[in-house]
Amino acid sequence: MADPMRIRVTEKDGLVTVRVLMSHEMETGLRKDTSGNVVPAHFIRTVTATCQGRVVLSAQWGTAVSKNPFLEFSFKGGKKGDKVVITWEDNKGDRRADEAVIS
Amino acid sequence: MSPRAALSAALLGALVAAGCATMSDEEASRRALEVMKASFAERGQAKLDRLDQDETQRLCSIPPGSALPKDVAGKLEKENLASIVYPADGKLLGDWKAGERVAQSGVGKQFSDDPKQPSGANCYACHQLSKQEISFGTIGPSLYQYGKLRGASAGIQRYTYGKIYNSNAFTACSNMPRFGHKGILTEQQMKDLTALLLDPESPVNK
Amino acid sequence: MKRSLASLLAAATLIALPAAALAQSTVDEIAKYRQQLQDGNPAELWEARGEDLWKQKRGPKNVSLEGCDLGKGPGVVKGAYAELPRYFADADRVMDLETRLVHCMVTQQGFSFADATRRPFGNGSSRSEFEALAAWITSESKGVKMNVRLGHPKEREAYQIGEKIFYFRGGPHDFACATCHGETGKRIRLQDLPNLTDKAGAQLAYTTWPAYRVSQGEVRSFEWRLYDCFRQQRFPELKFTSEAAIALTTFLARNANGAEFNAPAIKR
Repeated sequence: MADPMRIRVTEKDGLVTVRVLMSHEMETGLRKDTSGNVVPAHFIRTVTATCQGRVVLSAQWGTAVSKNPFLEFSFKGGKKGDKVVITWEDNKGDRRADEAVIS
Repeated sequence: MSPRAALSAALLGALVAAGCATMSDEEASRRALEVMKASFAERGQAKLDRLDQDETQRLCSIPPGSALPKDVAGKLEKENLASIVYPADGKLLGDWKAGERVAQSGVGKQFSDDPKQPSGANCYACHQLSKQEISFGTIGPSLYQYGKLRGASAGIQRYTYGKIYNSNAFTACSNMPRFGHKGILTEQQMKDLTALLLDPESPVNK
Repeated sequence: MKRSLASLLAAATLIALPAAALAQSTVDEIAKYRQQLQDGNPAELWEARGEDLWKQKRGPKNVSLEGCDLGKGPGVVKGAYAELPRYFADADRVMDLETRLVHCMVTQQGFSFADATRRPFGNGSSRSEFEALAAWITSESKGVKMNVRLGHPKEREAYQIGEKIFYFRGGPHDFACATCHGETGKRIRLQDLPNLTDKAGAQLAYTTWPAYRVSQGEVRSFEWRLYDCFRQQRFPELKFTSEAAIALTTFLARNANGAEFNAPAIKR
């Protein structure tokens, strides 16, 4: 089970800003270790964000996103107290979902 | 009082003025050496004998701003000059293309390095050389157009090879490693670097 | 005709930009990029882990580190790092953060010294508790002014020894810390080098470690920085929590006194 995400969500003048720090190796599958063996690819494939169950962001990631990715985005229509849930799924089928409340 | 003691006394004076000194300068040096030896472990090719200082290192363990007394510096330069071994075949210019590779490479002698692999000189860490390489350091002066400015006479070749072999022969307490004297580079590598600096076809001189 | 000539001249001026100026503008752009990276510092993930490790009951005695005295009283973490290294009477020696943590792990949690210091630095496949603990403990000193005191004779001794070590030329390359960190305005390749003998340089450098080192994918502590400097100086391996590490840290931390602590930072 991967480390929990650090999520900060704030609302100002109707605009909700979400900042997420995810813990993930984001291995491209192109690197070799010191013994010369290829380090297998292990990266986040999809990211979804919902607010009160409504999808506000849907992303498809690949190997260009670096280790321990930081994601920041904004959306309209959320208010203080609403629950935001961030979910990622990687190429190995691992998933992680964490939530935060809009402050 | 010896010149070195005079310098140490000045440093000690500064410490006392700052209310920081507990030990005399000589005692601090002695204790520091004890602490150094107890605080390091050998690893890979880096053995504990690397903490043994030669005369040059011992005398030059001073702040960069301060300088050795003239006679001490002169003696140091003379001793280092005497250590230079020029190539037996008398040819000091090698292949500048190989020299550029040596100048770019920063590996060698670290405990994380493979001792079977050749060391680099890591010239670009401290110097500008060719115009194209913008990733260069400024610890040492720019060497861009080194040969163009000086020509490649026998005297210049001898000085250049000698400087690479043992920088302290010409500047006591130089920051630059003594590549030949300390066995970091091979004779061929130093010839190739001399060519990198002096060959008119080298990118350094274009 | 005139317009194309003007644009040709403009283009020529751009091409004629001297290499030194181009290198400097590259250094400036890198600095801008680093500034942009400040938000979303992955070090926060280490801070979260560190806080958990501090509060978790661990070791043969099944006790947390919440009773550990980092110099401001048992369990007091806020502002503690800004006063380290310092003399600790219960151990009768000067200690930096890692040395003090090891002391608490051994005396309070019951770990053996060997078990406590098994992994000082993480390497991707295995993590170090020290980097996580350092990330959190130092974050609790963010904004606090550096205040390393030399009131005790052993603290003054550590400072003096640290200064001597700073100027110690050795190894096959004749490198000392001062070789790279003894002059202002220098850089190695495109990495600016702080002058650690100068107040401003020491303040800038010391207050930004620990840091999430992007190239390492890890939070690296000040002991790691010293260990890795010595590796590149072609010295043997600096032992974890050694006297030299403590003495050098005392010298450099004291030189940074007065500056606001600003770590964990993010570096290349």
